[in-house]
Amino acid sequence: MKLIFEKSVPHRRGVRSARSDVPAKNNIKPGLRRDQDADLPEVGELDVVRHFTELTRRNFGVDTNFYPLGSCTMKYNPKTSERLAALDGFAGLHPLLGQMPYAGVGAQGSLEVLYAAELLLREITGMAALTMQPMAGAHGELTGILTMAAYHRDKNNKKSTLIIPDSSHGTNPASAAVAGYDVVAVPSDQNGVIDIEALRKAVTDEVAGLMLTSPNTLGLFNPHIKEVCDLIHGVDGLMYYDGANLNAIIGKARPGDMGFDIVHLNLHKTFATPHGGGGPGAGPVGVVDKLVDFLPVPVIIKKSDGTFGLDINRPKTIGPITPFYGNFGIVLRSYIYLLMLGQEGLERVSENAVLNANYIKEKLKKYYDLPVDALCKHECVFSAARQNQNGIHALDIAKGLIDLGFHPPTIYFPLTVKEALMIEPTETESKETLDAFIEAMITIAQMAQSDPETLHAAPQTTVVGRLDETAAARNLNVSYCG
Amino acid sequence: MPFILNTEPQQKEMLEAIGLTMEQLFADIPAELRCKGLDLPAGFSELQVQQHLEELAAKNASDSICFMGGGFYDHFIPAAVSALIGRSEFYTAYTPYQPELSQGTLQAIYEYQSMICRLTDMDASNASVYDGGTALYEAVMMARRHTNRDKIIFDDSVSPLYREMVKSHTRNLPIEIIETPNRNGRINREGLLAQLDEQTAAVVLQNPNVFGGIDDFSDMAAAAHEKKALLIVSAYPLSLGILKTPGAMGADIVTGEGQSLGLPLSFGGPYLGFIATKMPYIRKMPGRIAGQTSDARGRRGFVLTLQAREQHIRRNKATSNICTNEALCALSSLVYLCLLGKEGIKEVAQLGADKAAYTFERLTSISGVQGRFKEQPFFNEFVIDLPVSADAVTEKLYDKGFAVGFPLSCFYPDMANSLLIAVTEKRTKQQIDSFAQALEAVL
Repeated sequence: MKLIFEKSVPHRRGVRSARSDVPAKNNIKPGLRRDQDADLPEVGELDVVRHFTELTRRNFGVDTNFYPLGSCTMKYNPKTSERLAALDGFAGLHPLLGQMPYAGVGAQGSLEVLYAAELLLREITGMAALTMQPMAGAHGELTGILTMAAYHRDKNNKKSTLIIPDSSHGTNPASAAVAGYDVVAVPSDQNGVIDIEALRKAVTDEVAGLMLTSPNTLGLFNPHIKEVCDLIHGVDGLMYYDGANLNAIIGKARPGDMGFDIVHLNLHKTFATPHGGGGPGAGPVGVVDKLVDFLPVPVIIKKSDGTFGLDINRPKTIGPITPFYGNFGIVLRSYIYLLMLGQEGLERVSENAVLNANYIKEKLKKYYDLPVDALCKHECVFSAARQNQNGIHALDIAKGLIDLGFHPPTIYFPLTVKEALMIEPTETESKETLDAFIEAMITIAQMAQSDPETLHAAPQTTVVGRLDETAAARNLNVSYCG
Repeated sequence: MPFILNTEPQQKEMLEAIGLTMEQLFADIPAELRCKGLDLPAGFSELQVQQHLEELAAKNASDSICFMGGGFYDHFIPAAVSALIGRSEFYTAYTPYQPELSQGTLQAIYEYQSMICRLTDMDASNASVYDGGTALYEAVMMARRHTNRDKIIFDDSVSPLYREMVKSHTRNLPIEIIETPNRNGRINREGLLAQLDEQTAAVVLQNPNVFGGIDDFSDMAAAAHEKKALLIVSAYPLSLGILKTPGAMGADIVTGEGQSLGLPLSFGGPYLGFIATKMPYIRKMPGRIAGQTSDARGRRGFVLTLQAREQHIRRNKATSNICTNEALCALSSLVYLCLLGKEGIKEVAQLGADKAAYTFERLTSISGVQGRFKEQPFFNEFVIDLPVSADAVTEKLYDKGFAVGFPLSCFYPDMANSLLIAVTEKRTKQQIDSFAQALEAVL
């Protein structure tokens, strides 16, 4: 289809600007003005509406198709959250009203949302306090590591490394590196979890902490978690919990009780806010008592008179990591979700997420290699190694699924599994949907033997076939030059 | 149970199929680590939640007439923006790892990148970062990587909110941050040049600056380039409908807050960080980038390209840790810019500038009120000096229904009596006149 720029017609208008009711008082001299107009398209409102509606037809979303993208928790997002987040009282509020005048009297409703959401998340994580500021999971990781660094600085600890298992999300080592730490990677054992003997050798006085995802990216809960915590705490290191996979254990176990010191959550995953085609998200960070003083400012507080305000007087703070309070609109949607689910609803979330994943695992393990045949949590990871013998790769399986109407799982991740297929169904999918997906996966396993050519040629049902990524990188075209 | 489709009989059937009980599904969590149930309220109905949230929303003063700015503005958003981004094929999708079924998202990212390049006069933009502050932080990191130097020079007319954020984010790195004090609301050219040397990775400037003042940084670009340092400019994107572009000034990296392009104020987020650069630096840029290519049949399509820069491939060697960004907000800004078009963006920008100039004239005609920075041209925001404390005036104006103010004195100690005023196209002459009368009355 055409680009919006290719639909431009000279002199066509979208919106008409308001007629000015003030005199044209031009204080901007020509030398401070742009000499050529920004070459934006000239299109009408209907052109724009048709263009973007056509683009939506070229997309898969949770609302259109089953979307078992591993580690991304593509659960259903309640519509009421969208309606309430659009209320003018929330959407129209200037963030400076949280600080002034009268120290936030005009933003009491929004401050209360942030405060109340934090209290719920404290209980869910077992942490002493959280900051809502981080704007995505990886931003939460960086915030958590900066908090860790501030703790070690405060204690005059000389720390230079972070330990990260080889099965971790790529953001973990990347966050450690941009925060200035060297990364020590620790391998997984044959059971798919961190190799405790290798870890023991890696723990030195230089270690600032360890970042762990549990259940990990293989969907496995780490049985040695207490031992891992003891090892790290033994050198005054801090235990960091990557909350990307919290959906698996919510209401069943809490990072705080396991011995973790810092936790980040991905509200857009566990707490059902729309993923937006790649964001926005929110990545609140929780910490134990001894780290509370280091959290970013401002901190939302409830005063003795019951009103809400900001505390910026925190001498040990790492400072602000957002201009204001973080992605308020996302925290608000998660707060709505939490209120609707309540205590019982949250326990049903993890139960059904885990049940759905194990159901898929058991039904498919005859057809695909299962690198670790054990109880999984919210996701299961297969390998396409068996299909490789017929020249079929994880990529071909993914493309075949598209033609059968499913969004593929995450592929080639985690890196510890050859030809990985990482499937996370989430709790919001029905048995009927899972059965249809299982049937599609079995069909593809059979095609891998009987008709590999069709899989190599997939997808055939989409608006474009497989795209030439090498050419895209070689002949870079990242901006329209018509 | 809300949002769970499987009925109890279905759950039972599935458990039987896998030969486990619900309790056994969690048997891998050691008993001593199991929690005994969360101490949370029971769930509420959709109606109850709506009533509760409506009560909270009503406690917010979003109906105050807004003269607040500081980088975040009360612009008009056409209805078609929310109608289109509210289509769930966009908002319930995720990162387009599978391009064949994500052409909607990918083409939109490519068009967004093209819009940002056209607004800023740069060659390449990424798909977005979190906000204007983190965009500036990423630009600083890019400049360090490119130059292998660690000294960054800010003029303090760059938003203090963003300077504080950059300092927080880089606190654990061997980085030297210099801040030169502005001269009368303009950048301190002598101070900046005195600091600029062979150790400098980048000079960071903002246009319009935090006081609303506008400038041409071409001379600073030339000076920075002479020392093989980069010029980073943080810009207010809507102003680029009429203002000289950072690209035309010779900037190497342009960043900014995209909230002005069709995003609600939403109490601080989600917003949109944009970052754009010249072609030689594209491989140093963080984040997702969409590129054009084709399939075997020659049909045009779009993919995520240059992914070898990113964390999911390069892990600790990546250009940044960013993964999830602000895709839906970038889409909002794209739809907004399409609706405005070539003429509309000029008109909206000029309308704001005209209304700000009118407001400036009205306010400075009040006895005791004067413009803080004489002869300094501004876009849609300016600073006035009052005979009394600005905080007190801010509170009295709030009581009269006006939202105004920015904590200037927290960052510039001699500005306790100074008030920052922003005026967008939404403010009517009548609102401006009543605002001026209210200010006169409270002084």
